[in-house]
Amino acid sequence: MAFPHRPDAPELPDFSMLKRLARDQLIYLLEQLPGKKDLFIEADLMSPLDRIANVSILKQHEVDKLYKVENKPALSSNEQLCFLVRPRIKNMRYIASLVNSDKLAGRTRKYKVIFSPQKFYACEMVLEEEGIYGDVSCDEWAFSLLPLDVDLLSMELPEFFRDYFLEGDQRWINTVAQALHLLSTLYGPFPNCYGIGRCAKMAYELWRNLEEEEDGETKGRRPEIGHIFLLDRDVDFVTALCSQVVYEGLVDDTFRIKCGSVDFGPEVTSSDKSLKVLLNAEDKVFNEIRNEHFSNVFGFLSQKARNLQAQYDRRRGMDIKQMKNFVSQELKGLKQEHRLLSLHIGACESIMKKKTKQDFQELIKTEHALLEGFNIRESTSYIEEHIDRQVSPIESLRLMCLLSITENGLIPKDYRSLKTQYLQSYGPEHLLTFSNLRRAGLLTEQAPGDTLTAVESKVSKLVTDKAAGKITDAFSSLAKRSNFRAISKKLNLIPRVDGEYDLKVPRDMAYVFSGAYVPLSCRIIEQVLERRSWQGLDEVVRLLNCSDFAFTDMTKEDKASSESLRLILVVFLGGCTFSEISALRFLGREKGYRFIFLTTAVTNSARLMEAMSEVKA
Amino acid sequence: MNRTKGDEEEYWNSSKFKAFTFDDEDDELSQLKESKRAVNSLRDFVDDDDDDDLERVSWSGEPVGSISWSIRETAGNSGSTHEGREQLKSRNSFSSYAQLPKPTSTYSLSSFFRGRTRPGSFQSLSDALSDTPAKSYAPELGRPKGEYRDYSNDWSPSDTVRRLRKGKVCSLERFRSLQDKLQLLEEAVSMHDGNVITAVLIFLKRTLSKEILFRELEVRQVALRHLIHFLKEIGDQKLLLDLFRFLDRTEELALSHYREHLNIQDPDKRKEFLKTCVGLPFSAEDSAHIQDHYTLLERQIIIEANDRHLESAGQTEIFRKHPRKASILNMPLVTTLFYSCFYHYTEAEGTFSSPINLKKTFKIPDKQYVLTALAARAKLRAWNDVDALFTTKNWLGYTKKRAPIGFHRVVEILHKNNAPVQILQEYVNLVEDVDTKLNLATKFKCHDVVIDTYRDLKDRQQLLAYRSKVDKGSAEEEKIDALLSSSQIRWKN
Repeated sequence: MAFPHRPDAPELPDFSMLKRLARDQLIYLLEQLPGKKDLFIEADLMSPLDRIANVSILKQHEVDKLYKVENKPALSSNEQLCFLVRPRIKNMRYIASLVNSDKLAGRTRKYKVIFSPQKFYACEMVLEEEGIYGDVSCDEWAFSLLPLDVDLLSMELPEFFRDYFLEGDQRWINTVAQALHLLSTLYGPFPNCYGIGRCAKMAYELWRNLEEEEDGETKGRRPEIGHIFLLDRDVDFVTALCSQVVYEGLVDDTFRIKCGSVDFGPEVTSSDKSLKVLLNAEDKVFNEIRNEHFSNVFGFLSQKARNLQAQYDRRRGMDIKQMKNFVSQELKGLKQEHRLLSLHIGACESIMKKKTKQDFQELIKTEHALLEGFNIRESTSYIEEHIDRQVSPIESLRLMCLLSITENGLIPKDYRSLKTQYLQSYGPEHLLTFSNLRRAGLLTEQAPGDTLTAVESKVSKLVTDKAAGKITDAFSSLAKRSNFRAISKKLNLIPRVDGEYDLKVPRDMAYVFSGAYVPLSCRIIEQVLERRSWQGLDEVVRLLNCSDFAFTDMTKEDKASSESLRLILVVFLGGCTFSEISALRFLGREKGYRFIFLTTAVTNSARLMEAMSEVKA
Repeated sequence: MNRTKGDEEEYWNSSKFKAFTFDDEDDELSQLKESKRAVNSLRDFVDDDDDDDLERVSWSGEPVGSISWSIRETAGNSGSTHEGREQLKSRNSFSSYAQLPKPTSTYSLSSFFRGRTRPGSFQSLSDALSDTPAKSYAPELGRPKGEYRDYSNDWSPSDTVRRLRKGKVCSLERFRSLQDKLQLLEEAVSMHDGNVITAVLIFLKRTLSKEILFRELEVRQVALRHLIHFLKEIGDQKLLLDLFRFLDRTEELALSHYREHLNIQDPDKRKEFLKTCVGLPFSAEDSAHIQDHYTLLERQIIIEANDRHLESAGQTEIFRKHPRKASILNMPLVTTLFYSCFYHYTEAEGTFSSPINLKKTFKIPDKQYVLTALAARAKLRAWNDVDALFTTKNWLGYTKKRAPIGFHRVVEILHKNNAPVQILQEYVNLVEDVDTKLNLATKFKCHDVVIDTYRDLKDRQQLLAYRSKVDKGSAEEEKIDALLSSSQIRWKN
């Protein structure tokens, strides 16, 4: 269980510095408004803020009262108001209404808006339109990297996904570039860069520009992290759409991990209280089971409980002195372990109960069938039944998307009937959700037959190669096929299993999906790292529709230590799942690498679907 | 904090400070309880444990002094305790404004940054990183960005775009010719920063006629997407629709118009609005959906008015026995069908609220209809209706049981609604696949079915094994014993 790292595995850099940095910047900004002030905090910023500062720090810098930014009149009587917000239009309107009602009442106060991680011109435009530009001072708090764990940095920007992959808005690319720039100033340059995806390429280019402009800062520094790999979420939607079965992923799917902590309700804590629990490497019990397939977790926990019992039992037959030693040195640790243990056992029980109720077994069977591409008819009627019985709307949507991507779109007849039934079961306004999913390429209708390909090849025979390329591009932008089946074959994503796949002793990354599927994103990273380039992967890249967006960039300097060359920063643009993190941690242990994850937000299938949903919950 | 629930309610109802809340669901009480719980749970940990600071933090996740905790605490306290009320009063009057003591610590960060120019400043982050210049992680902290102003007018498009990216105020007014404007836009696009692209678009939108703007964006897809998203965000629906019209994107135009209905709360107004959507250029398929949406809401308004009246009159048994939990307005079709099967099952096809009428109007497939009707009638424990749902007569007048959804599903739904064993048994028996039948029968304790099936399979071993699962001395045990000792059966094992 809980495989140890190889002895030669490199040490992780210390990311706690990022927290200090963010805290110091915030304090500096608060001091820009000297004197007592009330602080209005946007709900989405509260948890991240909690991870780096606390009330006494804010009080020390003359923050009087704390309020949540919401659509209600503010009752603050303070003469100075400070707003800590994401750069969103609705926040600007809220602040404007507040300032304007003060003006109307003949009241003058000082206002300061701190945008995190940066301000947008559209926000300033709204301030100007509302007539309060100049009445409020604006600042930026570049807090864009929150270390959630020793190897996980989150930008806490879940909206990145919708903004970029649905709306095509590139507003966060600069934020990503700035974050990478910060990392390279703190931890040295990255000698080897790889990336795939349109957004990855743009972020990379913007970041490079930034480094050139502020030339010299990273020069001469020894790189601490040898490789950086950027990857767009739309390169692999399939993995993110699957039900998670490793413990941490399952906890996220079931209870929703928010900003590295989870709210365990009374059904888990077996008391009348809910408990907010931080889930990270510091929780010794959690750390041992987080990457495990769920089927192993029970056994592990009960073994652990037996050991614990044995340790408690040792105190029998102790003399006074030994007993004293035991109480002063070991008991506390045992008590702590006991508590952690009972909590995770409670969580497991609760997960089991929920999963049995929703026929998880059958669900997983359907997912695996979709991944492998057999019994499509059966899977389709399974989804249909899900919809008819009004089982969770998000779950039904997720299965439809999985069917669509693995099959290069639904056949028109199925698309129509599933859509109709969906609208009947969950509400006609979901028409908008379907339109969004189609635009994002998550749920599409097959172009009538494969006539497209036929036309394509006919046309290309008639014209010169170069023009043919252009025409093909035009076609592929019309119907960007996911080609999952072909990619899966090329990259061997469905392991051939003789007999049972032993989940206790995983042999490849497929264990995170019960041995049925190797996550595509992780396989791509593995292959590129092995080759140190995209060489030999041309066909895969083409099938991923990324021919123009797969890149490598190596510096010739060999200042990089062999240790740093086994440290890899993986950047997920649009979010990554805990299953992917577990799979790469496994790969790292096998190969003697350590992976560091940077993601715009931790995501899962439900979050992806909700981001596409047009109806407010 | 020991106020009883009644007290609390009375306070909240009488309080004029009712609007003073910070919580998500407008539910002060639950929030209050939550923070009370949070604190109590903390106390538990603190009391029960040996002053383990580390643990307190890693366990509660929201330690005393955490920010989200404190916000909830302000919300909770200010209403629930006496001091809280006092505090509130004083907060509302300017004169009695309570001055908190100044923080004792004079430690401040700005002194820290200023200190950097002096030698020998105390151990700080910047010292820890002395090999990198301070500006790399605290860029331009000296002055807030807003104070930066640029009076130079000579920046080239690419310089201008670069300055914009850095968040500096930069006048675009000198880009007056169309060519200059477009060059500026192209520079922004080639830099990839969406914020800058939008900044330039805001300028173009203000300084170009919309025809010219639209025409130029039509061939610049990246910029076009940014404009569309920007218009959506600021809610400039009119310009957005003009843009779609110009681009001849009729479907997006229609959807975008349709989206507005979500902001209309009043059901009649919403209905009227949906009526205006019916003729819009949707795809043929979506047109039907929009028409259905309109018809559905129209029906729901009629049903709602009727049933609300019936319910308040108190004359109708079904509404007295099962008061409605929510209004049917804006519910999905299937939910409406369930509702109608629940409250209006026997109504003639002519009424708007009858299930059959809904089925016909919206062309609800048989499967869906049966599933929904079954769930509704089972919930009411109307087993006769359930029976009738699956009974068909053939031309000879024989009755036969048929279920378009498969009897295993029927059994599950019945079980979910706590159907008695006799009823369950009947439907388990109708399951065709023997294994499924055995599984269901075992799962739902339909002993007779299990026993009969093993008898039919002539499986003596299984029957023997099953004997241990039934109650001692029960009729089932007797039945098994009788079978096992019967000489009529030729067991296969």
